[in-house]
Amino acid sequence: MNYFPDEVVEHVFDFITSHKDRNSVSLVCKSWYKIERYSRQRVFIGNCYSITPQRLIARFPGLKSLTLKGKPHFADFNLVPHDWGGFVYPWIKALAKSRIGLEELRLKRMVVSDDSLELLSKYFPNFKSLVLVSCEGFTTDGVAAIAANCRFLRELDLQENEVEDHRGHWLSCFPESCTSLVSLNFACLKGEINLASLERLVARSPNLKSLRLNRVVPLDTLQKLLMRAPQLVDLGIGSYVDDPSSEVFSKLKAVIQLCNSIRSLSGFLEVAPCCMSAIYPICENLTFLNLSYAPGLQGNDLTKLVQHCRKLQRLWILDCIGDKGLGVVASTCKELQELRVFPSDPFDAENAAVTEESLVLISAGCPKLNSLLYFCHQMTNAALITVAKNCTNFIRFRLCILDPVKADPVTNQPLDEGFGAIVRSNKSLKRLSLSGLLTDQVFLYIGMYAKKLEMLSIAFAGDSNKGMLYVLNGCKKLRKLEIRDCPFGDVALLQDMGKYETMRSLWMSSCEVTLGACKTLAKKMPSLNVEIINESEQLEFSLDDRLLVDKMYLYRTLVGHRKDAPEYVWLL
Amino acid sequence: MAKEGLGLEITELRLGLPGGGTEKNEKKRVFSEISEEEENEKSNGPPELQSKSQVVGWPPVCSYRKKNSFGDKDGSKTSKFYVKVSMDGAPFLRKIDLALHKGYSDLAKALEKLFGEALRDAESCEFVPIYEDKDGDWMLAGDVPWEMFIESCKRLRIMKKADAKGFGVLQSREALDGTLKE
Repeated sequence: MNYFPDEVVEHVFDFITSHKDRNSVSLVCKSWYKIERYSRQRVFIGNCYSITPQRLIARFPGLKSLTLKGKPHFADFNLVPHDWGGFVYPWIKALAKSRIGLEELRLKRMVVSDDSLELLSKYFPNFKSLVLVSCEGFTTDGVAAIAANCRFLRELDLQENEVEDHRGHWLSCFPESCTSLVSLNFACLKGEINLASLERLVARSPNLKSLRLNRVVPLDTLQKLLMRAPQLVDLGIGSYVDDPSSEVFSKLKAVIQLCNSIRSLSGFLEVAPCCMSAIYPICENLTFLNLSYAPGLQGNDLTKLVQHCRKLQRLWILDCIGDKGLGVVASTCKELQELRVFPSDPFDAENAAVTEESLVLISAGCPKLNSLLYFCHQMTNAALITVAKNCTNFIRFRLCILDPVKADPVTNQPLDEGFGAIVRSNKSLKRLSLSGLLTDQVFLYIGMYAKKLEMLSIAFAGDSNKGMLYVLNGCKKLRKLEIRDCPFGDVALLQDMGKYETMRSLWMSSCEVTLGACKTLAKKMPSLNVEIINESEQLEFSLDDRLLVDKMYLYRTLVGHRKDAPEYVWLL
Repeated sequence: MAKEGLGLEITELRLGLPGGGTEKNEKKRVFSEISEEEENEKSNGPPELQSKSQVVGWPPVCSYRKKNSFGDKDGSKTSKFYVKVSMDGAPFLRKIDLALHKGYSDLAKALEKLFGEALRDAESCEFVPIYEDKDGDWMLAGDVPWEMFIESCKRLRIMKKADAKGFGVLQSREALDGTLKE
């Protein structure tokens, strides 16, 4: 390859699209590093504090698409205080100053201010795509700026963000000249919007493929929108309530028959079950169905619907579908790859909605299953062992038993053997979440068998440091480890400090790690940021080193301590 | 002269920031603890469930999903109806959850609590509670049934009666006192 001119090498690199591969390519030699960095357009940064925007810009002047992640995963469950960090503003400011021609920005768990959005909308004339997932800090005013100023906007995708709604003129801010929209998702916005503006926007967006509405968009507007956009591939329904004998409903039934490109359906944020029959005609072609935000549908409604979905590949559903309903899924959805069953009432122990029985049925009925998220009230070793026999393709396996330390109810044993079977037979497993009563033994199995494991989430498990050590020693590909309420302490933390340089991050909360050990780690490993979140009343830094640390988050970084930590975060 | 306006005796309450104390401890409270407590207070579940100690951050359902997907038990709403409340003469706006109140008199009591100090300081003024509805019109509170009011109210304002004359929502004094003293 050294005999080829740079342009040829660059052209070859064009075919190398995965981040991992491009990273590897850049390490081969100086010449390849240089060619690669000038031709790189897409960059993924899994931890926004591992590098600074300035260094990013310096290395990749041709940057067009940036993905950034901020807060640690456990922030989703309120374990990270409100103003911990993850601000996108400095990134956007630096990019704006630099003349980078940013076209795409994807953010997850970051704090996004209206100012950031305004800056974004004004400084990047070719900006095309904004995807915000689990972010917060902005209002519909920021969204309005994007709508108003991004002349070539193709994608505005807001997923599960906390957005303060200033009552809906943002939609009217899309100029009449904006006809480029391909994807519009505003399901997480709570407030009113101008329905007429929405209709006009959809009417002038011939390329619109994905549309996800919020709960204030009523059924009759839905019907009008579908008339304008029968080419939709992905539809998120807002409000789906009407009288089935009404004229509007008949019109809806008719227009739905024309929408034969729809492959992905979600929403039903408000729903009248008696209207669901209108949906059946499009169920045949669905590959993705997300009813996890439709608590208005009962088990029977869900079961009836699913019976029509023979080509389903991904299903997200609430546990009120019940064992019976999941049994129907198992016999109907033979193409199923991903199943997520969410709790409809996490604190109700009496009505066991789904149990281990239907998980076994699914594993037997759906041979292509490779991704599972399953909230249930109980699990047995026998069931898990059977699942492991039936399914050997799992990439993601997340089991959440609502009582976090519940044993196998039949044998009263811990679930070590069950999970052990899962990791033994699923050699491609990349992500695993455990729950139920678990001893060090399960970690022995994980360390022994889960050779491809990249992310592990542990809660209320294990007996001693050995548990954590099995994992750190055995899981060579581990990138993210998050642990809460486990008896793992200093010995485990400090055994192999170099290991953390091979990982993105480690989270430990309510474990048995002392302040002294964290200080030691920070001192010996300058390439790691060791952060302590301390919310107790004691504000003195120079405390007893024997103090148990409440929350520790450490991550590798090239740029040392961050400058934006709040006062309760101690950077060791 | 007794304070007219809301028609109820003014109790002694500070117009302070939510949460009361400004000690650092208050600020340092874990966010999750606070939200768990709020959930416990407002939970519609039976008392036994409320007193059961719920572990912070468990089950691991993300907070957005918690707020948006859990089913209603017996049809009772778990959704909240937070609206801003402004009062002429008070320096801060407040927010109030309409869903927590059973009716207009309940609301009046709550507003008194929020704005007690400002009400006291405003020398013998009379106040009119008005609200902005879904269409953007300012309406006098008290005319429509409570459930309808909650659905359509977007924000509340406690306006000085003197200003009401120019505002176009003035009603006869009797009607006012009548509705507010329900």
